[in-house]
Amino acid sequence: MSQLAHVRPALLPVRITESPKPHHGCASFHHEVFQLIAKALKTPGRHGPVGPVSEFKTTATAAARGSAIVDPRGVNLTVTAPIETTGAEAGAQPEAVLAGVKKSQIEGRSLSQIAWTRFKRDKVAMAGGVVVVLLVLMAVLSKPIQWVFDLDPNKFNQDLIDPALLAPKGGWGGMSWDHPLGVDPQYGRDMLARIIDGSWVSLLVAGGATLLSVVIGTVLGVVAGYYGGWIDSVISRMMDTFLAFPLLLFAISISASVQDGFFGLDGLPLRICVLIFVIGFFSWPYIGRIVRAQTMTLRKREFIEAATSLGARGPYILFRELLPNLVAPILVYSTLIIPTNILFEAALSFLGVGIAPPQASWGGMLSNAVDLYTADPQYMFVPGLAIFITVLAFNLLGDGLRDALDPRSK
Amino acid sequence: MSENPKDAAVTTPAQSAGAQLTKDAGPGDVLLKVTGLQKHFPIRKGLLQRQVGAVRAVDGLDFEVRAGETLGVVGESGCGKSTMGRLITRLLEPTAGTVEFQGKDITHLDAGGMRPMRRDVQMIFQDPYSSLNPRHTVGTIVGAPFRLQGVQPEGGVKKEVQRILSVVGLNPEHYNRYPHEFSGGQRQRIGIARALALNPKLVVADEPVSALDVSIQAQVVNLLDDLQQELGLTYVIIAHDLSVVRHVSDRIAVMYLGKIVELADRESLYKAPMHPYTKALMSAVPIPDPKRRGVKSERILLKGDVPSPISPPSGCRFHTRCWKATEICRTTEPALVELKPGQRVACHHPENFEDQAPQETVLLSAAKEAAELVPEAVLEESAETSAAVAAEVSEPPQEVSDPPEDVSEPPRDTDDK
Repeated sequence: MSQLAHVRPALLPVRITESPKPHHGCASFHHEVFQLIAKALKTPGRHGPVGPVSEFKTTATAAARGSAIVDPRGVNLTVTAPIETTGAEAGAQPEAVLAGVKKSQIEGRSLSQIAWTRFKRDKVAMAGGVVVVLLVLMAVLSKPIQWVFDLDPNKFNQDLIDPALLAPKGGWGGMSWDHPLGVDPQYGRDMLARIIDGSWVSLLVAGGATLLSVVIGTVLGVVAGYYGGWIDSVISRMMDTFLAFPLLLFAISISASVQDGFFGLDGLPLRICVLIFVIGFFSWPYIGRIVRAQTMTLRKREFIEAATSLGARGPYILFRELLPNLVAPILVYSTLIIPTNILFEAALSFLGVGIAPPQASWGGMLSNAVDLYTADPQYMFVPGLAIFITVLAFNLLGDGLRDALDPRSK
Repeated sequence: MSENPKDAAVTTPAQSAGAQLTKDAGPGDVLLKVTGLQKHFPIRKGLLQRQVGAVRAVDGLDFEVRAGETLGVVGESGCGKSTMGRLITRLLEPTAGTVEFQGKDITHLDAGGMRPMRRDVQMIFQDPYSSLNPRHTVGTIVGAPFRLQGVQPEGGVKKEVQRILSVVGLNPEHYNRYPHEFSGGQRQRIGIARALALNPKLVVADEPVSALDVSIQAQVVNLLDDLQQELGLTYVIIAHDLSVVRHVSDRIAVMYLGKIVELADRESLYKAPMHPYTKALMSAVPIPDPKRRGVKSERILLKGDVPSPISPPSGCRFHTRCWKATEICRTTEPALVELKPGQRVACHHPENFEDQAPQETVLLSAAKEAAELVPEAVLEESAETSAAVAAEVSEPPQEVSDPPEDVSEPPRDTDDK
């Protein structure tokens, strides 16, 4: 009891014999109760309630807290402000009673922490997340992995190729202990090494394109949604225009027309940059529209007005007040367009305007496989499976994130 | 973020210095003066967004708020109360009229010019669930005013925020919590803490308790009351709950369709409301007394709905629903005049006072219908009090029946229109 009293006298039940004369509704009634209790507790109530408890009869969980405050203008004041009074409120936060014991418990759980606990319960999404993490690790570490395991994606093994059919010798695309996923037809390059080497290209292009589209889409979407008016009209029409572009044709023509030496880049870095630009730059309106719509609903909330009434400038409101509330939809949408972008990169490589050989890429391998599927049908299977697993993992992760971040959408 | 207590080393007594720089209004001085304030929201239609009309949310308000007092603003939903609050805090740009704060015209100050004023004029919002950013901690929310205004309080922002939290009755250790972890009443306290952080002079509270549970309402209202006494705050409290307004206000303004119809001290207003609309509002306040259960209540039912603010009625805006309306009410808009010291009314035929247009005796047909909804006792009582006041006033001077403050037009004037 004394321990509790020390922690938070505010929550202890106090009894009162005579209820004060009620008049003019409950507002003043409550006020008088507070005054009474404040008197009884002889603020500051740190050691208060032990004495008076027995004297009072009517149950009223109420409190008064006294705290000396200093007016910034230099006057010493004592404020007696009523603390939460209902039992329901006291029950709603039992940890507050123990607050003095363990200070770490008072730390609030942010919405992202709550989302994380919710996400952890979703096994399917967790599986997707684990696969995504492994894929990213594989992509990032692809060169060290190749070095450690002595894998060379561009080493020809003509001895493993049947010269008559151009197909690998043996069944299942030439699978063996040396080449667990087999070798590719024509050249006999190790498939595992090529899949690993292709992963960083796929994920880099997909991730970079997603990042680009998210950045453009978020900035323009927030600006359009917040400012409205003619700014909104201009940006919205721009989105419509971009969505009306025949994206695939455009991507093919841009990719084909960009020559080496563009922006001082050539070879593989240039192809990757072009792919990131083409995919990212033409898919921003999708995220832009989502962000714009979300911003428009948030803009009317009172906390934006509150920030304005405190003298906040536009950028503060956009990036400190609005953006944190947009993180959830942006994150979810990003994870859902990464697989689309992986497929798009694969499609462009398949069409011959993506990553140029000899660099391995999943789309490029599929493209080759089409020419050789009669001789070696397994060749199509391996890069196809890699794309399939990646896309599926990202989609499961995205769905799980959406459920975790926005439980209402279920 | 500068919430780190170590930053306290470079404190500047910005607040105390700022308070002395501006001319402090002493108690009783006019802190805020509003003249002819209007806000019309345009209605646009068609391809070219042509303006086809306007919602006259606020249509000519005149009042002042004195330092240290509480002005309550009441009225039905949609009468322009909240718009008024947002106009005097300059969250909205007035269409016409002026707002003077401490003698300075702030009507058309831009955002940059308003920024220093924001320290002195703060707002408490209606909905504690949408007025706090769900992604910010309590510390960030209450500390935002310091960051935005570049104020470095003594002892650091964190310490100051925790002090303010304890002032409004919250646990200072909840600094790192998020709004969703609090109940409605606690959230409203956070909103109050934010409004008080910079020690403002004027606090505009837009329905501060209407979103709260009744039991919590009392706490918040009393907190506002206590804070006013201790910090010397001036409040403009907008509410539609007459009991709340009665509890907190020194003076009360009653609004109807974008206009103030009556502005009076609390005592006068509740004891002897002069405007029929005020009287009707007062009669709607439930009296929590079980002994009165059998007694027939004298509630005044108003006929029909509030007219549209897009095309408000001519003359007195209340004439379509008033049981005392005559021809003059339809044609001439009554001015807000001080009939009794401390009681300004805009009515041709006020209650509890001498008739301002005694020559007008023929009720409008709408008024006759409206009168059917008004209990007989009320009509009788109003006739009695009016007659009594009229007799009282007309006896000593005998020749003039108009009180000196009255600026009403000559009686015949209206018939020509």
